[in-house]
Amino acid sequence: MQLTNRSKVVSDKHQTALEKLYLPAVLKGMSITISHLFKRSATVKYPEQKRAMAGVYRGQHILKLDENGAERCTACGLCAVACPAEAITMESAERKKGEEHLYREEKYAQTYEINMLRCIFCGLCEEACPKEAIFLTDRIVNTEFERDDFIYGKDKLVEKIDKRIDVTKRQTLEVAKFKQLADTKHNTVWTGKQIKGKH
Amino acid sequence: MKVTIDGIEIDVPKGTTILQAARMIGPEVAPPTMCYYSKLKTSGGYCRTCIVKVTKGSTQNPNPMPKPVASCRTEVMDGMEVQNVTSPEILEARKGVVEFLLINHPLDCPVCDQAGECKLQDLGYEHGAVKTRYEFKRREYEMIDIGDKIKLHMTRCILCYRCVKTAEQITNGRVHGVVHRGDAAEISTYIEQAIDNDFSGNVIDVCPVGALTDRTFRFKSRVWFTKPVDAHRKCTTCSGKVRLWLKGEEVLRVTARKDQWDEVEEFICNTCRYDKKKTSDWVIEGPSPIHRQSVISQNHYSNLNELKVQVLKQQKALGFMPIDKRP
Repeated sequence: MQLTNRSKVVSDKHQTALEKLYLPAVLKGMSITISHLFKRSATVKYPEQKRAMAGVYRGQHILKLDENGAERCTACGLCAVACPAEAITMESAERKKGEEHLYREEKYAQTYEINMLRCIFCGLCEEACPKEAIFLTDRIVNTEFERDDFIYGKDKLVEKIDKRIDVTKRQTLEVAKFKQLADTKHNTVWTGKQIKGKH
Repeated sequence: MKVTIDGIEIDVPKGTTILQAARMIGPEVAPPTMCYYSKLKTSGGYCRTCIVKVTKGSTQNPNPMPKPVASCRTEVMDGMEVQNVTSPEILEARKGVVEFLLINHPLDCPVCDQAGECKLQDLGYEHGAVKTRYEFKRREYEMIDIGDKIKLHMTRCILCYRCVKTAEQITNGRVHGVVHRGDAAEISTYIEQAIDNDFSGNVIDVCPVGALTDRTFRFKSRVWFTKPVDAHRKCTTCSGKVRLWLKGEEVLRVTARKDQWDEVEEFICNTCRYDKKKTSDWVIEGPSPIHRQSVISQNHYSNLNELKVQVLKQQKALGFMPIDKRP
């Protein structure tokens, strides 16, 4: 009984005497292999040799410091709520008197963790961030032996004051323009009565 | 009395305000409110967010009212016709009202504890302009601790007077009020006197913005990382019916239960609010109903079956047909 006319007749043709020798097939295969020896290799020797990366490459995250060296992150939780992989967790704390040089806002992230195994490097966290604190850089996340080592805390995420990382390429033209507007107090520090300079 | 709001007719008793009639019809036509609070007498009339257009005064006098009216303070007349969301004029006027409310309100939502359950945030999102046109110096104040449990950020206050009326009507004898006038008006405890009344904590719940916040919850967590559940306990001073905001097994915050209009159902006492912060103190009834569009409902599924019904209803409205039911 034929239900459809899509069925194919499978061939069970026997090999010829020449095919049974296998030699022509072996030679054909080897010629392809040997021809590749003289072609440009597809890979690079990674740690010594590095390929040029696109400016918008999304690699390991950093938490930026502002121009005074204070942490920009205020633990608002928008990155965590935007994260589709639920990789980000944080705990906030209140800034004490005398810590103004460490933390930019009244509230700061006491702990901030990104699970790099969960992270899919989509960049939604940096898009959600209202304080321009988190950015994805062109750095590649290190390989580790233990799963726990992939949970990056503030020690790995916050940029070092003496090793600043340039992320200007990652800021879109709209963001850069928005920050220059005089009437958006978007990023000014609020310290009780007076307002400090705009950033 | 028959009144028509946005083309929907409803029969209401005499003395009902336009706002109450609109709320009887449903949330689709009910104007937003920032200062009106149905549980508090004489509230409303300050913020002007609930303005509506009266296109026909009544059957006897069919003339329209000359300008938008505050629906929380205007009683209905027989045969009145009202436009709210159907009037582009009103939506434009409301946008202006929101701009005015936001003139002095700081944009510190990333820091503010109210973010996520803030009515001004919702209102600004729905009706507000993207940019402000205001260029002058904004009103700013120092933070004040009202007692050891309440924090007052006067900068965030929109002067809705709800907390003053709560203190007046729910507690016996208020020690805080509004001093000065106009632009200089501010909530103040007289000589920074602490409120130590049993029900003083309710001012936190009635505040539509983050001006009055719970100091025991200050910066503990963002609202959408906590899970709200309804719970109760035997309490001699209040009904004991509350909403717990949990993170794991930990009770981060206790508030009163709020209804559809974000109004407190039953005011709770300070013992329930501040001192009972263990899960063992409470009998947990189940997850609180949270609106599906709210950020608080993120990753919380109170009733999966109900969600399915809602999704099916939406699909039906869109004319969507499941693949196995298609002809």
